[in-house]
Amino acid sequence: MSIIHRITGVLMFLAVPFLIYLLDISLISERGYEKAIALIHSPMGVLLLFGLMWGLMHHLLAGIRYLLIDADLGVDKERARQTALFVTVAGPVLGLILTWGLL
Amino acid sequence: MSRKASGLKAWVLQRATAIYIGLFVLYFLLVMLISPPVDYAAWRDWFASPTMGIATLVFVVSVLLHAWVGIRDVVIDYIWITPARVTVLAVVALGLVASGLWAFQSLILVRLV
Repeated sequence: MSIIHRITGVLMFLAVPFLIYLLDISLISERGYEKAIALIHSPMGVLLLFGLMWGLMHHLLAGIRYLLIDADLGVDKERARQTALFVTVAGPVLGLILTWGLL
Repeated sequence: MSRKASGLKAWVLQRATAIYIGLFVLYFLLVMLISPPVDYAAWRDWFASPTMGIATLVFVVSVLLHAWVGIRDVVIDYIWITPARVTVLAVVALGLVASGLWAFQSLILVRLV
């Protein structure tokens, strides 16, 4: 599903300034570091972290899939359908595991 | 940029940056899952180290280039009115350059503290 690859890409592009903001305050002072952790652990922060991890994992796995298809691997219809399903399912599963592991 | 990053060059650039981004993200997430920095000092020292500092700077540049090529493709595919297309691309480019400078500033400051 090329369109989800695009949507996750655009959403992560929009997340860039927020991520740099978090990096910036977390590095500049101990108070900023505590604030960054508090922001990530707030209900909205957890939700956004999960969304980011889901999007990141989908984009990464789909990207690897396209690289393999470029290399002539998994091109036939049946195989392509299987790997597409794998990417779609693995995205939210890995996203959930990562969110749980990172918090 | 738009002319330089067109066609085959953009195709290669998108894949080269993708591979670096993937490896960096994997490394970062594994560290954060297995042995994350315990406190502020450890977190700051991690990014202040030369290897992680430079690896992160390369990551920032890779993400900005990757985002530029990707967003440019999306904008060109969906926005057909030239002035709107140019305006959106200009805002995107400005946003990416500003984001990059912001990250550079943080990563360089942390080495001076």
